[in-house]
Amino acid sequence: MSDNHSVPDFMRTCRFVFILLIVFTVITVAVSKVDFGHHFLNIGVGLLIATFKAFLVAAYFMHLISEKKLIYTVLGFTGFFFVGLMFLTLFSYADFPTLGGEQPEVAHVEGAAETHHEAGADH
Amino acid sequence: MATTTQSNPHHDVSDSHHHGHEELSFWRKYVFSTDHKVIGIQYGLTALTFLLFGFFLIMLMRWQLAYPNQPIPVIGGILHFFFGDNAMGAVKDGGGYFIMPDFYNSLGAMHGTIMVFLAIVPLAFGAFGNYVIPLQIGAPDMAFPRLNMASYWMYFVGGVVMFVSFFIPGGAAKAGWTSYSPLATLTDMQYAVNGQTFWLVGMVLLISSSLLGSVNFIATVIQLRAPGLTWMRLPFFVWAQFVTAFLLLLAFPPLEAAGIMQLMDNLLDTSFFLPTGLMVGGSVSMADKISGGGSPLLWQHLFWFLAHPEVYVLILPAIGIVAEVLANNTRKPLWGYKSLVYSALAIGFLSFIVWAHHMYLTGMGVTISTFFQTTTMLISVPSVIILTTLMISLYGGSIRFTTPMLFVLAFLPMFGLGGLTGLPLGFNASDLYLHDSYYVIAHFHYIVAPGTIFALFAGVYYWFPKMTGRKMSEVLGKIHFVGSFIFMNAIFLPMFIQGLDGMSRRMYDGGASYASDMEAGILGLTAESIRLNIPITHAAFGLALFQLPFIFNLFWSIKNGKKVESDNPWEATTLEWATPTPPPHGNFTEQPVVYRDPYEYSVPGVKKGFVAQNESAE
Amino acid sequence: MEIPYNSTPRPDTGLYNAKVGIWLFLASEVMLFGALFSSYILLRVGADPGMWHLRPLNIWLGTINTGVLIFSSITILMSWANLKMNSFEGFRKFMLITLLCSVAFLVIKSIEYGSKFSHGIYPKTDTYYAIYFTLTGLHALHVIGGALVNLYLWGPGSKMWKTDPERFTNRVEVSGLFWHFVDLVWIFLFPVLYLL
Repeated sequence: MSDNHSVPDFMRTCRFVFILLIVFTVITVAVSKVDFGHHFLNIGVGLLIATFKAFLVAAYFMHLISEKKLIYTVLGFTGFFFVGLMFLTLFSYADFPTLGGEQPEVAHVEGAAETHHEAGADH
Repeated sequence: MATTTQSNPHHDVSDSHHHGHEELSFWRKYVFSTDHKVIGIQYGLTALTFLLFGFFLIMLMRWQLAYPNQPIPVIGGILHFFFGDNAMGAVKDGGGYFIMPDFYNSLGAMHGTIMVFLAIVPLAFGAFGNYVIPLQIGAPDMAFPRLNMASYWMYFVGGVVMFVSFFIPGGAAKAGWTSYSPLATLTDMQYAVNGQTFWLVGMVLLISSSLLGSVNFIATVIQLRAPGLTWMRLPFFVWAQFVTAFLLLLAFPPLEAAGIMQLMDNLLDTSFFLPTGLMVGGSVSMADKISGGGSPLLWQHLFWFLAHPEVYVLILPAIGIVAEVLANNTRKPLWGYKSLVYSALAIGFLSFIVWAHHMYLTGMGVTISTFFQTTTMLISVPSVIILTTLMISLYGGSIRFTTPMLFVLAFLPMFGLGGLTGLPLGFNASDLYLHDSYYVIAHFHYIVAPGTIFALFAGVYYWFPKMTGRKMSEVLGKIHFVGSFIFMNAIFLPMFIQGLDGMSRRMYDGGASYASDMEAGILGLTAESIRLNIPITHAAFGLALFQLPFIFNLFWSIKNGKKVESDNPWEATTLEWATPTPPPHGNFTEQPVVYRDPYEYSVPGVKKGFVAQNESAE
Repeated sequence: MEIPYNSTPRPDTGLYNAKVGIWLFLASEVMLFGALFSSYILLRVGADPGMWHLRPLNIWLGTINTGVLIFSSITILMSWANLKMNSFEGFRKFMLITLLCSVAFLVIKSIEYGSKFSHGIYPKTDTYYAIYFTLTGLHALHVIGGALVNLYLWGPGSKMWKTDPERFTNRVEVSGLFWHFVDLVWIFLFPVLYLL
């Protein structure tokens, strides 16, 4: 956005984006009152709309849609590490050692199910 | 195009500032300066002071480990005067004072914190990065000079907060440099504001300072490189700092977030890291105070997400210094410059996805621990490439055994030893045994103490002539080197043995209460490994003794060192030697232009044996 | 020697210094809020059944605040565009609106906080409120920080328009980028804390 003559065009786009953002804010509130049948689906729809709104802000207001390669590179790595932080942490939460159950060989051993049950109760 | 600038060295540091545009007051020139060189030196002196202070803390601890509950000679009384009965217990018949367990915990936590966050990183990154990077890339200053000043002063205030915490009721933080919750939150709970509060506030300041610094460094390297200084012509030091800055930029914020959350736990009684049904002293006494529902592991994840990249923050700038000094003193180009650069980048990238190898003992599932073991082994590959490259660079060189080069030559095997002993810690199976033992202490100290700190000493000796126009004394330097080298190994080598014997790193009495007692049928630590505490402690005092020549040398040489004959006393090729000595405000007398690679030593057909980066082809 | 590329872009990167700086800073901010969002997910997943509040906040106030922030984003863009088209008066006008919006946002936010406090709800109440107050509190600190910079640019800092208009326009752009980021964070905070 360095050329002066394109500024009015750019602002026209931004005003349109602004209206879109307001519309989607209303939509996201309205949609949150609808039950899509499953809790995760409700969350998914809400986050999808939020992501789209964030995309609009980043792409047009922060003019990332036509930014220099350097900034894409920096943000690309940042995004990757952010995803790594979030998912590896969540993953290691979901993945904890259990006695039996997880291991097919042990599963056949007598009493393994009982042990598994106890372990489950501990958690 | 001037090859090396011909102007004579100035007589005095203050002289150089006459090149500036206007006369600045004392405060603006030396205290609230925006000049990257002054800030670099401020960082350097502050960090060296903290380095000494952190070393002092560990010497107190070493005394306690070697001679449990025996009075500390000479300074025991002084410590008692400052810290009172809670910190220093009195020996029965008035024989002096010894360290109490709580105070020992404070010393341990603050030794780690101070060494990592207040000494090594500010010295490697803040001091050398600030002073050298703009010079090496041919820039007049950092991209954001005022941000740079803010960064230093935040660091300084953070350091003061950490230091002051020793003197508040309850004393400094006691939960280790890792500050694991819930221990960190529960310690000293009787005080509304305790050592941990100070620790967290200090950390938030230090992290903010690092963030400002790293933004500045990256922007400077990207934007202010001299004409012709393409990415593959950058001195390796700049590359190392560049990767380091990215690590700080992206790894520190999660710890800042975690720090804010722990501060909430500490001050506002939230339960981010405090689980439901938390038992203290065998009872659920917390129920009325906290809500529970938090996760202690969350702290560990967020902490190690920073703290693993942090170890590369400690080592990468050191490798950068080593590369500079090594190329200069072997008088030949670095072997495999590109491998070095790509390895540094690979390390930077991988270091973000290895953190949970510090957490194998937290009850981690097979899948996720396999993932982290794999990435941990992967990251050792670029590390080995770097070390190999540097070793091969020695081959066939006509080595100048200057003081900085001696430190570098010691760095290589010490870093190798530290790195290789890390491999058993990267595997889940062997880590379960070695975790939190003295083996771990020996491993990472080999990387940081005879590794990074040696490289930092090399950097001080190497760039001192640029900063002051005088060389440091070679004789004192060599005494300093030999003593440090011997005693560093005497301290840390026996710790491997102690660790393999099973000695835990957190023993207040040096392991005496866990000793084997064959008559009673108790199988514990062997008497030999407990007895090793004594020579280790003696070696630590020996190491302290051999830092005196360095301290004296550093200050004495500012006025009395041998004057350098030219602006380029080491006959180096990189741009920092093309400035007047010491560099004036704005650094270069004219914009340098770069024509060649960073280490053109022993160029065939060139009489003086090297070609500086800014020498045109002609 | 003067520091180059303060107001003009460096040819090979196409960027001026402050723009590189602000994007790097925003990258670190992504990691800061990213870590807090990760914590949010973990605390929510790890909460005992039935212990996590669903929609306990005033959605009306939240929606209005979302609108206020989005509106302030467009006004700060207008103020920058006005500078680009050499209208200093336009800049002052739209920057003032932006500032008023940030005050409005903070006022509404403190009304929300106040109503919680008056019902005896504090960060220590449970992990939902802990993360709610932490996330929105940190976000509010960002709003205050951004507003202070905007206030400086609107007030004493605007003198630079006379001496170095290009650099001043860049400063407004950079401040705007930060402001949009604050807006962007709120766009996630709003559904995550109020609606889902």
